Amino acid sequence: MTRAAQIAGRIRKNRTISISGGLLAIVALLAIAIPWISPNDYLQTNFDNILSSPAIAHMHWFGTDDLGRDLLVRTMMGVQVTLLVAIVASFVSLVIGVFYGAIAGYLGGRVDAVMMRIVDTLYALPFIFIVILLMVVFERNFLLIFVAIGAINWLDMARIVRGQTLSLREKEFVEAARLTGVSTARIIIRHIAPNLIGVVVVYVTLTIPQAILVESFLSFLGLGIQEPQTSLGALVDAGVNQKENAAWMLVIPGGLLALILMCFNFLGDGLRDLLDARQST
Amino acid sequence: MAQYTLRRLLGAIPTLLLVIVLAFLLVHAAPGGPFDAERVLPPEIEANIKAFYHLDEPLPQQFARYLSNLVRGDLGPSYRYRDYTVSELIAGALPVSILLGSLAMLLAVIVGIGAGTVAALRQNSVVDRVVMAFAMVGISIPVFVIAPLLVLLLAVKLNWLPAGWSGTTSGTRLLLPVIALALPQIAYIARLTRASMIDVLASAYIRTARAQGLGTFAIIRYHALKPAMMPVISYMGPAIAAVLTGSVVVEQIFGIPGVGQFFVGGALNRDYTLVLGIVIVYATMIVLMNLLVDILYGVIDPRVRYQ
Repeated sequence: MTRAAQIAGRIRKNRTISISGGLLAIVALLAIAIPWISPNDYLQTNFDNILSSPAIAHMHWFGTDDLGRDLLVRTMMGVQVTLLVAIVASFVSLVIGVFYGAIAGYLGGRVDAVMMRIVDTLYALPFIFIVILLMVVFERNFLLIFVAIGAINWLDMARIVRGQTLSLREKEFVEAARLTGVSTARIIIRHIAPNLIGVVVVYVTLTIPQAILVESFLSFLGLGIQEPQTSLGALVDAGVNQKENAAWMLVIPGGLLALILMCFNFLGDGLRDLLDARQST
Repeated sequence: MAQYTLRRLLGAIPTLLLVIVLAFLLVHAAPGGPFDAERVLPPEIEANIKAFYHLDEPLPQQFARYLSNLVRGDLGPSYRYRDYTVSELIAGALPVSILLGSLAMLLAVIVGIGAGTVAALRQNSVVDRVVMAFAMVGISIPVFVIAPLLVLLLAVKLNWLPAGWSGTTSGTRLLLPVIALALPQIAYIARLTRASMIDVLASAYIRTARAQGLGTFAIIRYHALKPAMMPVISYMGPAIAAVLTGSVVVEQIFGIPGVGQFFVGGALNRDYTLVLGIVIVYATMIVLMNLLVDILYGVIDPRVRYQ
């Protein structure tokens, strides 16, 4: 059995990982499929049918909002946006973090000291407030949300990657590459980075829920995703305003947001335990 | 230790300066001025207003002016609340926010450590599983979801507690916001405490204490609690930052007249000086709290050496 197959087998046997991963896959599939299948459109208002409660009998299983829009389709669109923002933002933080950490760790010495000192200084910044300021100043730009969240999350990644790189650069295969005259940039890209994948995958599953939290927090404050686009945070915000006459507008998107966050947290925890166990043996 | 404290204080200055420069530049890069929303003013009057707020000066000069006022505790005039300075607005709102935040931290520490210890003592029992399941749920539900849900359940449906700030002066109006703010932190602290308490309880000196016939309570109280607290203490810094962030949402939901509400209002109204001032105050608080936690760490654990 190859090593990859061994790991795959262990992941499948781990109940925490398979249940949370499976749930996430189902949620993601539904989020893509339902808006496609449903006869309702997430933008279609219907003022004869506002705030109708969830029921199987009529065509609105999750009810409708204060503009008569179908909440099932809107919630699923919200899940799509939330997941998309989180995954892209995590990817941004991954790319920055991996290369920053790998460069600092591989070069070592004074460069490393200065680079990590910068990370320490940035760590102390109250980033969420800076991000809010950013969203205020630059008019809630969709692209900016990715950049802003990615800019918060890369610090952890950089620290972890640096630690791994410090031990990797002493390995024989790196030394061999150096001896045969491979350039530093090429060593980092071709020999160091691929060996970081295990750790990086685990920490990405832990940064995704953080990114989801930041995005939904911003959208909740009205600084993130703007109408008619929606995200789970924006839906919760709308639900808060209607909580007394339409509790489902708060409970359904809020519950789904919590479920997604919980699955990512369990998944990340499970994967980290698995990785730690492998490293200790 | 005095030397260490001094060095850490000096080390905090570049961080704070970075916050100030970043926030200042960001605000000044904003498209449109603070007076754009109002009706068009004659150019002379607009020039007068700009001169009054020193907005006609070059940027470095404005920054130098802002910085020199800042060290004297003057955060400038609010662009929105014309009769107030930013310092007055923040000083008026800060006590409520600090009360809310410190009560939430207190609740989180007491309940979190208690729940974590109970779970650790009954490791893998039903109690342990229930506590840890609750903790996972607590970590995963954002403050802005749990707060309105609590209002809906305990205030609107059951009518046990007041739903908002205004309309009552009794202390019960603090209860729901504090609980909402504390819940995620309770969950984190319970998890941290459980993990470290299990480690500590497995160590040899605890076994010795047990062999001498000491009761569970005495073992926890006199031997296990202090070493098991160390990870919790190092989590205090991030916890304080999280509570400050959460209080922005909680103040918004419950209509509490604290700094967080000014922050959101200032952000939506483009009251730049106000937002800038609050960012600086919050950043300073977070940096100082982190410093305090680091020093406290050494006081509790004498093995920590200040280099």
